[in-house]
Amino acid sequence: MSPSLLLLLALGLGLTAWLAARARAWSFRRADPGVRLAALPGYHGWYVALWVLVPALLVALVWNAVMPQLVLQSVLADPAAASLPPFGMLRDSMLAEARAAATGAAPGVFNPAARALIEPFRAAIGRFEAIGLAALLVAAFAGGAWAFLRLKPDFAARTRVERAVMVALVLASLVAILTTLGIFISLVFETVRFFGMVSPIDFLFGTHWAPDPMARAEAVDPSRYGALPLFWGTIYIGAIIAMIVAIPLGLMSAIYLTQYASPRWRKWLKPALEILAGVPTVVYGYFAALTVAPLVRDVARSLGVANASSESALAAGLVMGIMIIPFVSSMADDSIAAVPQSMRDGSLAMGATTNETIRRVLVPAALPGIVAGVMLAVSRAIGETMIVVMAAGAAANLSANPLESMTTVTFQIVAMLTGEGSFDHPATLSAFALGFVLFLVTLTLNFIALRVVKRFREAYE
Amino acid sequence: MNSTGTTRSPAFEARLKKRYAAERRFRLAGLGAILFSVAVLVFLLATMTFNGIGGFQRATLQVPVDFASVALNVPAGVSDTDAIVRALEGQGLADVVSFSAERALGKAAAGEINPQGWRIVAEKIAADPSLLQGRHVFELPVTESLAAALRGDGHRELQPLARSLEAKGQLATGFDSGFLARSDATDPQQVGIWGALKGSILTMIVTLALAFPIGVLAALYLEEYAPRNRWTDLIEVSINNLAAVPSIIFGLLGLALFLGLFPHMRSAPLIGGMTLALMTMPVIVIAGRNAIKAVPPSIRDGAMALGASPVQVVFHHVLPLALPGILTGTIIGMARALGETAPLLMIGMRAFVATPPGGFTDPATVLPVQIFLWSDEIDRGFVERTSAAIIVLLLFLLLMNGVAIYLRNKFEKKW
Repeated sequence: MSPSLLLLLALGLGLTAWLAARARAWSFRRADPGVRLAALPGYHGWYVALWVLVPALLVALVWNAVMPQLVLQSVLADPAAASLPPFGMLRDSMLAEARAAATGAAPGVFNPAARALIEPFRAAIGRFEAIGLAALLVAAFAGGAWAFLRLKPDFAARTRVERAVMVALVLASLVAILTTLGIFISLVFETVRFFGMVSPIDFLFGTHWAPDPMARAEAVDPSRYGALPLFWGTIYIGAIIAMIVAIPLGLMSAIYLTQYASPRWRKWLKPALEILAGVPTVVYGYFAALTVAPLVRDVARSLGVANASSESALAAGLVMGIMIIPFVSSMADDSIAAVPQSMRDGSLAMGATTNETIRRVLVPAALPGIVAGVMLAVSRAIGETMIVVMAAGAAANLSANPLESMTTVTFQIVAMLTGEGSFDHPATLSAFALGFVLFLVTLTLNFIALRVVKRFREAYE
Repeated sequence: MNSTGTTRSPAFEARLKKRYAAERRFRLAGLGAILFSVAVLVFLLATMTFNGIGGFQRATLQVPVDFASVALNVPAGVSDTDAIVRALEGQGLADVVSFSAERALGKAAAGEINPQGWRIVAEKIAADPSLLQGRHVFELPVTESLAAALRGDGHRELQPLARSLEAKGQLATGFDSGFLARSDATDPQQVGIWGALKGSILTMIVTLALAFPIGVLAALYLEEYAPRNRWTDLIEVSINNLAAVPSIIFGLLGLALFLGLFPHMRSAPLIGGMTLALMTMPVIVIAGRNAIKAVPPSIRDGAMALGASPVQVVFHHVLPLALPGILTGTIIGMARALGETAPLLMIGMRAFVATPPGGFTDPATVLPVQIFLWSDEIDRGFVERTSAAIIVLLLFLLLMNGVAIYLRNKFEKKW
């Protein structure tokens, strides 16, 4: 049975239990009109339904996790499996083929030797699915019966249901911690494996990046794993070029919107800016590769730069800067709006013009917030992937020339993980090490920015 | 010198003029900045629309086929379209079509009919077997080279042929309704986005089903029940940080964790949806907390005073009032997930998938990844198709954002 059918079955059982238990609670009242139920009949329903659903879903989850292994063991115990090659890729691919044919995912098998395994697979899958279904039904009925028998007029079903609700609330909020932990553990785990092959010093300070996914994994050449050009490319595109575009445009937009624009204009211009933030990055990447990069190249050629590349750091950085504008402007908008009106009024009353007030009073007062916004924008820009994948190029370059092709951390993560390399190869693992560095850097930037914002907010309250 | 008008010296006047000029310049610079941003947006949208209009069209040749002279028949009692198509293929329908085309249009033109074109004839016959009785004209797609020649680029030697066919009214470009109904293919004349769209829809269903309940419950817990201690601080910090972690890192997590747990499900919407759910959940939590915070305490106190339990207060009173705000945040989070590409590349959703996924565990691709894959193709035909797919994606996003803005305006309450 497919997982979705199992889910539907469990839900159906839960619904039945809910209806039955509610009817039971009503029957208490009908049997003795004077009785006062300790909880509304609906809560009795929920109580029993939970006792049916939770065990059933637990069984389904556990069974789905262990069943493939059990099926495999049972197939390997079959006499037909004796002819399998002992280890390695061929054995795995034959098993996978036979499994796909048995479940109907593939019409047949390529390897004739795998044909004998289809029948054992089909039999084992059928057998274990039947066992799983039976276990699910037993768990559901046992839980439901136990709960149903506890229903009495004075049974406090509500407090129990509410306790379950509180457990669900706590579990839901733990997901965030688990996700953070999951990210951290999976990155650290693979990074440590990578650093077992290439030393962190070579990785962080080497200047030559040319991993060879085809090289043998045992003979790693650490000098090919110097990530410094990637860090430079990331900073140059995300933190320098993009910010040269985004900071002035974003800041001036925010100033105009908060200080000069009439409410009517503001109502139209602000959402228009926000659309820029909602455009998917793959669209920006396509725009950068198709329109902006050729434009940059042509302009550079007409200015006499002979070797201008069609994939340049400048094109990627410009488009990334455009993408970041609404981000900078909304942060600046917030922090300028947080400056007390009295400071502004005081400056204007002294005879300063509006722009003098903005430049000498509002912006300095809002500076911590603006700086925090810029840091968040930088962290977003250096984590941005699609634009650089589509427009920045693949050549690891330690150069300050914006017209050259450059590569970034995110580009290399994509390149290393969508290649052909196996999961034990240093080239593949280097993607996780790069991801770990990226994660730490963005985390630090965000953390500092949040602290700055927090401290700054308190100053005026 | 005027002794009473102490301030209005010529130097002062000059200075004032300069200051006012600076003021005007500053104001214009602000206006310029915002207009520049809007202009780039308009330029981007215009480029995509301009390029993409062609992507919704395709060139078709009018091929008359006279079935009366050939012995083709639909097997009796078969109603499955695929079976009929296969049966007709076995009876040589492809040759019949190309022979008819050769007689009506000449050898050169017949060679430029898309190799898969006969399928359209077969499907038409499957829908209406009575077509086999007489002579009918079918509009069949052409090869990419002839379509390019019709547009005026590509092979120069094909252009006279395209011109003459067009003059005779046998070759025309028309709206390609199949673009929304087909899936990925190797020939730009044959591609469609339905497969990617369906993959996107399935992925979004998984994302919503996971992120929405978890996000809302977590927001309720943090805002309504959580004690202030180290644990809840840790939860808060991790939610805020997750909201700012680069999306590609979530892809790495999905790759290491989910694909480690379910190795068979590479590029399945289920895995993609789970990965995107982890990314969307913090957005929903943050929006949800703001919406819950905006519900005034008097509502809680009133319910509490009538004897409601803390859980009843929240689920019967606070949550319904906060729901519009939570929904707005959810839609915005989902819109972001819909446009996300990088994490899905990590979990293998970049494969060539020519059939729309049948379920949550089938290999699939999604709209943004499809755009990325097509953007790598150098064919001019793919440029148009890519822009057309971008138009569809942007329409979806605008629609979602529109709904979010509508919800916000409609349910915005002043307590």
